[in-house]
Amino acid sequence: MEMFLKIVLIVIFAPILGGFLDGIDRRISARMQNRLGPPLLQPFYDVIKLFGKESIAVNQTQIAYAFGHLVFAIAALVMLLLGQDLLMLIFILAFSGIFLIVGASSVNSPYSKIGAQREIMQMMAYEPIIVLMTVGVFLITKSFMVSSIFEFDKPLIYYMPLLFIAFLFVLTIKLRKSPFDFSTSHHGHQELIKGVTTEFSGTQLALIEMTHWYDLVLLLGMVSLFFAKPIWVGIIIALVAYFLEIVIDNISARVTWRWMLKLSWVFGLGAALTNIIWLYITLK
Amino acid sequence: MGIMEKLKAKSRAKSPWVVHYDATSCNGCDIEVLACLTPVYDVERFGIVNVGNPKHADVFVVTGSVNEKSRKVIETIYNQMPEPKAVVAVGACACTGGIFKECYNVLGGIDKVLPVDVYVPGCCARPEAIIDGIYKAAGMLEDKAKKMKKVE
Repeated sequence: MEMFLKIVLIVIFAPILGGFLDGIDRRISARMQNRLGPPLLQPFYDVIKLFGKESIAVNQTQIAYAFGHLVFAIAALVMLLLGQDLLMLIFILAFSGIFLIVGASSVNSPYSKIGAQREIMQMMAYEPIIVLMTVGVFLITKSFMVSSIFEFDKPLIYYMPLLFIAFLFVLTIKLRKSPFDFSTSHHGHQELIKGVTTEFSGTQLALIEMTHWYDLVLLLGMVSLFFAKPIWVGIIIALVAYFLEIVIDNISARVTWRWMLKLSWVFGLGAALTNIIWLYITLK
Repeated sequence: MGIMEKLKAKSRAKSPWVVHYDATSCNGCDIEVLACLTPVYDVERFGIVNVGNPKHADVFVVTGSVNEKSRKVIETIYNQMPEPKAVVAVGACACTGGIFKECYNVLGGIDKVLPVDVYVPGCCARPEAIIDGIYKAAGMLEDKAKKMKKVE
């Protein structure tokens, strides 16, 4: 019963937090560009407006894919905040991404289909790093459960600093920030019109926006796991990482998929593998 | 429920997403429309975002006097937009055909093809006037939404 109450609270309050962070992102980005920027509640206005639009469905299955994308992202976040299995959480998150890819592939628009293929490339770029991070957690705490990270005596970042840097690559790709935002781009920017989300409109687009908020809270939660022992330090580190992502977004240009794979596999995966090998040797 | 309706109305007015098309214009008014996005005029503080996708847009900002080829294009874009939607005709050519009104190929303004909600005159229209026009169109969206529900 208590767990059910926790789940309800997470499902209701996480998107509110995610929406505020999104609003802060747009405001800070605008200030960096010497503009004023929208009010902080703007993402909420956008999503509520989208729910009020007429439904245009290109095919019958689109809304199911948008819902699947949302539901699995909520499931992954609930698993993280209830201290459950990290490896399972990552597979469920990947499943959520697959729903978006299949939903975008199910329409006949070439923009949508190419966007879906680019989204697959993005998943190929960041999935290995996230799995290696989980392997690192297992090597240190001998368990895949998130709750064991909280029971461990030292903060994880002392053991996996390079994995933290590799995780920043994951954060840039997942949050759809330049230089890695080419399957669909965020507000105001256009890439392949809107890439993956071109043919979604109204309620479906609102669901995808809300999924982005849940993903934001999930990813910042995973960043704060690196310094979980007083959790408020982890949260501050997560917010600093978010600010760093906003800076990186504003100073870089979009790259092609070849560059993204090169950068994230050579530097991200290289750093992650170095850290894992070092952990394996020293913790033997 | 009063609060839900008020919230929906407020959100509709505070988040007008724009799709912009140049229907046989000289590009002068289009440059002014894009100038609105720059830091000097900064329309994002009103929640206006230039999404290039008619399926995501609420307000259709059109410039140019129309000919037969661009007539088909603006009809297609307008039909793809989900309700509630509004059309803003920017520039003298879009309002009445401007100096090209007597030409054999020019239809003479957007309202020969689409139902226009806001006319922004000028050659070329100033960014302040364009922002004012989009703002007015955003205010009309709520009434259109109410009519949308009643007809259904």
